[in-house]
Amino acid sequence: MKRIRVDSTVIVLGILILVIAVGAILVATVGRSFFSPGNIRDILTGMSVLGLVAIGQTLVILGASLDLSVTYVISLASLIAATTMNGNPANIPWAVTLTLIVCAAIGLANGLIVTVLKVNGFIATLGVGLILQGVLNTGFQGSAGSVPWAFQLIGATGVGPLPVSWIIMIALAAVVWFLLGRTRTGAHLFAVGGDPEVARLSGVRTKPPLIVAHVLCSVFAGLAGLLLASRLGVGSPTVGQQGGYALLSIAAVVLGGTLLMGGRGSVWGTIGGVAIFAVVDNVMSVMQVNPFLKDVVRGVVIVAAVAVYSRRAIVRRRTRFGPGGTRTGGDAPAEAAAPAMVAATQALEAEADAADGSASMQGGAR
Amino acid sequence: MKFLTALVSPRGAVFLLLVILLVAVMVLNPNFAEPGQLMRYIQRVAPVAIVAIGQYFVIIAGEFDLSQGSLITAQVIVAGNLVAQDDARTVPVLCLMVVLGLVVGLVNGLLTTLLKVPSFIVTLGMMLALLGLVLWWTGGAATGNPADSFRQIGRGGIRDIPVLDFLPWSVLVLAAWLALGIWVTKRPLGKLLIAIGDNARATRYSGARDWWVTTRAFMISSLSATVSAVLLVGYAGVHPSVGRGYEFVAITAVVLGGVVLGGGRGWIVAAVAGAFVLEALFLLLNIAGVPSSLRDAVQGVIIIAAVAYSGLVFRSRRRGGAPQTPPSPGKEPDAPDGAEESSATQALAGEGAAPNNRS
Amino acid sequence: MRRSMKIATTAVALVGLFALAGCTTDPNVAPPDSSAEPSDDGGANEWFDQALFDTQMAQREVVPEGPEDEPYLQYIDAEMIDTSEYASTGPKKACFANASISNPWRQTGWITMNQQLEVLQEQGVISEMETRDAQDSDDTQIADIDYFISEGGCDVFLISPNSTAAMTPAVERACDTGKPVIVFDRGVETDCPVTFIHPIGGFAWGIDTAQFLIDNLEEGDKVVGLRILPGVDVLEQRWAAAEYMFEEAGIEAVDYFTGADPAEIKSIISDELAKGDVAGIWMDAGDGAVAAIEAFEDAGVDYPVMTGEDEMSFLRKWKETGLTGLAPVYSNFQWRTPLLAAQKIFAGEEIPKEWVLPQVPIEAGELDEWLEANDGMPDGHYAKFGGENLPGYPEVWQKRQIP
Repeated sequence: MKRIRVDSTVIVLGILILVIAVGAILVATVGRSFFSPGNIRDILTGMSVLGLVAIGQTLVILGASLDLSVTYVISLASLIAATTMNGNPANIPWAVTLTLIVCAAIGLANGLIVTVLKVNGFIATLGVGLILQGVLNTGFQGSAGSVPWAFQLIGATGVGPLPVSWIIMIALAAVVWFLLGRTRTGAHLFAVGGDPEVARLSGVRTKPPLIVAHVLCSVFAGLAGLLLASRLGVGSPTVGQQGGYALLSIAAVVLGGTLLMGGRGSVWGTIGGVAIFAVVDNVMSVMQVNPFLKDVVRGVVIVAAVAVYSRRAIVRRRTRFGPGGTRTGGDAPAEAAAPAMVAATQALEAEADAADGSASMQGGAR
Repeated sequence: MKFLTALVSPRGAVFLLLVILLVAVMVLNPNFAEPGQLMRYIQRVAPVAIVAIGQYFVIIAGEFDLSQGSLITAQVIVAGNLVAQDDARTVPVLCLMVVLGLVVGLVNGLLTTLLKVPSFIVTLGMMLALLGLVLWWTGGAATGNPADSFRQIGRGGIRDIPVLDFLPWSVLVLAAWLALGIWVTKRPLGKLLIAIGDNARATRYSGARDWWVTTRAFMISSLSATVSAVLLVGYAGVHPSVGRGYEFVAITAVVLGGVVLGGGRGWIVAAVAGAFVLEALFLLLNIAGVPSSLRDAVQGVIIIAAVAYSGLVFRSRRRGGAPQTPPSPGKEPDAPDGAEESSATQALAGEGAAPNNRS
Repeated sequence: MRRSMKIATTAVALVGLFALAGCTTDPNVAPPDSSAEPSDDGGANEWFDQALFDTQMAQREVVPEGPEDEPYLQYIDAEMIDTSEYASTGPKKACFANASISNPWRQTGWITMNQQLEVLQEQGVISEMETRDAQDSDDTQIADIDYFISEGGCDVFLISPNSTAAMTPAVERACDTGKPVIVFDRGVETDCPVTFIHPIGGFAWGIDTAQFLIDNLEEGDKVVGLRILPGVDVLEQRWAAAEYMFEEAGIEAVDYFTGADPAEIKSIISDELAKGDVAGIWMDAGDGAVAAIEAFEDAGVDYPVMTGEDEMSFLRKWKETGLTGLAPVYSNFQWRTPLLAAQKIFAGEEIPKEWVLPQVPIEAGELDEWLEANDGMPDGHYAKFGGENLPGYPEVWQKRQIP
């Protein structure tokens, strides 16, 4: 199992390195350096917001669901944060808390609709997204609120060429990786996403992991909204829609090797997928590619990158007993003993034949 | 009585909803009950319903087609630019559009089946690439509306008919397309699509060339988008925002009609009824004077409610039967109720292990 | 027993959802009171600014200064500033952070701007113009401006902001570099740029169009307002002014958001016609005007009094149907002015601090002349693009090659 998971992440890394190499060459042809601090900062900044959303989306997709409402959650989060802060640094902790609570509530609603009402994740989150859109249209007219300078620093500063926002995103990715790999909820999420019936029969409670996944997804979308509020200095009811975060985050997750049907995937693969998008966008901007053609390139990259490892037969179960033997090598003693076993069997048969020969005169049944 | 039971069943729920909405519209605005208005309503629904028919075939096979909207936009712009004001070009351009639609469907299908890329991703990529290409070719805006003869299909109709007053061509096209769709569902192709959606591996073992079957579903979907584009050129004119978002409307319509995402089950007429329900809902919101900002919220609630209701009633009616786990994005995370009464539980009950995961 | 429990739970959940849909979830934000019904009673519109309304009302009457036949160089009520600190010789590099080219108006302007660039390149004023297109995203445009600051090697920043408040910090960072910054089209909330170029404004548009409809209609008549998107200030101001004037004149005005989708526009108009008479159509942009007019044709009723925009599709349909109409403009030729302003800055000439360009609607009497001048242009072209004396006229605009 571990071997296959590393494979897809490794493949994504391979694609990323290839894209960077090609990009560096292309950028050099227009006289820029791909690895200059300003360019690196541009790429990493481009990764931060989508990365946060994609981490959350990974959790949901692992559970064999989808979240299409993230776009509107981002916009709503930016507005709640900016209007609560209202230019006053003292409001920051409460604003952040309130924003995340509201996002968690939305995630909870998503999770409940998917698990209790048993509405498909696509439809459920599409519907919730529409409801949020209605809320945004009714409650807000244009950008609102004002983010104090102290909070804007999060979106603006960096450690060398590494933006603070990117570092936060990577740290959170590590936390989620730990959650998925080392905690019971993570294991249950994989189980529920892989095959809910088997999970249920194995005694796993199928609702809580998925609800937790949806809650975390919305919370991560809220974090993305906070980051955007920090960068823009205001809250905006359209900032989510501007970025097309729902479909792009799903594409990044699938690019990263997570299966859309759930049960298998990795957060680091997702980060790799996000990085690929950011590099491709950066290179196209530096080369001043026509904006319409940018979409063509994005579409082709998405399909091509996923095709690279989709062609492998997706092995749902590893071979247990076969030419390769078991994974843990548990039958090595058995293999070693095989010749002796064969010899013993033949000896037994010979004895039986000999006994037969003498018994056959008595006409006994075998 | 049986008819009433059928209405409340998941198969019939969408029709019940449609009747309720239409009655509400007529109550609020008696003008609407005139046959002329009714025909215009159907004319407006026709493009959406046709797209829903295409999406139906893709969804019962367990896939998604997110590229329909972009294909419509691309076809509309192609029609506008190539036909221009020359009537004689109408037929050749129509043929070209059909070919283009088939090619897009073929590419979608082959990438999904042969390269094994999830259809969600393939059609997402196609959506981006197609729209980008067309906009790049035309510089972002179409030249203009094509000749009237081309537009008559979507805009005109037979006038001065007794009783109906006005029968738009769109309605006839929709009826014909629906008839064609029903015919396909009765043919081996239709049955195979449902089989693939239900259990792809079994279908493959039984000898069907599943890659060609699924590819044909995508081609039907793209062809439907093309027909819809022809109607929209007439109805709406040529503009880069025509058709935008139609794939989500189509998927919503199909799901409202009781078709399960993940495939394996669904009735095509119900999918079309789902499209009618959506448009009736918009009409009702318009007439009831609901503020435009709230309309999205109401739409979202109704969609969730309708899908939840039909799912719930469906599961509570199942008598035994093996639990169903369609192998595609979006399967329900918990077992259907019917499974609890079935063999699995009985086998475990024998060992005294009570299933601890009741909903 | 269990089944009915489940259905009961569903019902409760659904009721809850319905309730949720009916109210905002955020207790901290006070919703504006204007969206009770589609026909706003006006007055409570958040976007309405009386001071700006009055200023723009006056500016419409002012005769602009500057060369007669070059409207893109004219200015109204200008307070001139001294730019001698930036004067220098030699070709300069311009860096342009564009909000997008996602609608025909912006596409036309972008083509015009590039042709203007060719002229200046030939004259040796500008060496090159590097462009980054933000595709309508605030976040991307902020990153674009930051990239220009660190990597661009720019001598002048040209910025067409995607939105007013969100772009302000980035524009201030550009100003901090010490290089001249020119902002045009939408504004920002700082006056650190050297100049801000724009036509008179949204309120003036609203006034021109509302006045036309009021003059041609009677009290109690119904006007349907077709609006593209909520929340965009240049568009919101147009409606705010129009709504205000309609209310004062007793015209019943209803507005809808259309997303510029012609199918949506047609449906909305058809529904309105089914409800009753519609005497006038007001649009905040020209996209989809044809679909609106066709809705009247399909319903077999008289054409409305209508205001659209100087987009060719509307002008042609207006001529064809002979309806009573007006084409307001949001002067597309403003896309020429930023580069010309850069030229003046580097020459040390005086330019207006706030460069207000003329904004003159096309009336029925001038329609033929504009149609003839733009014959052969695509439907998405804008009549007042101001590029007749640029190289490449008319082929570049006819072929609509986006650079």
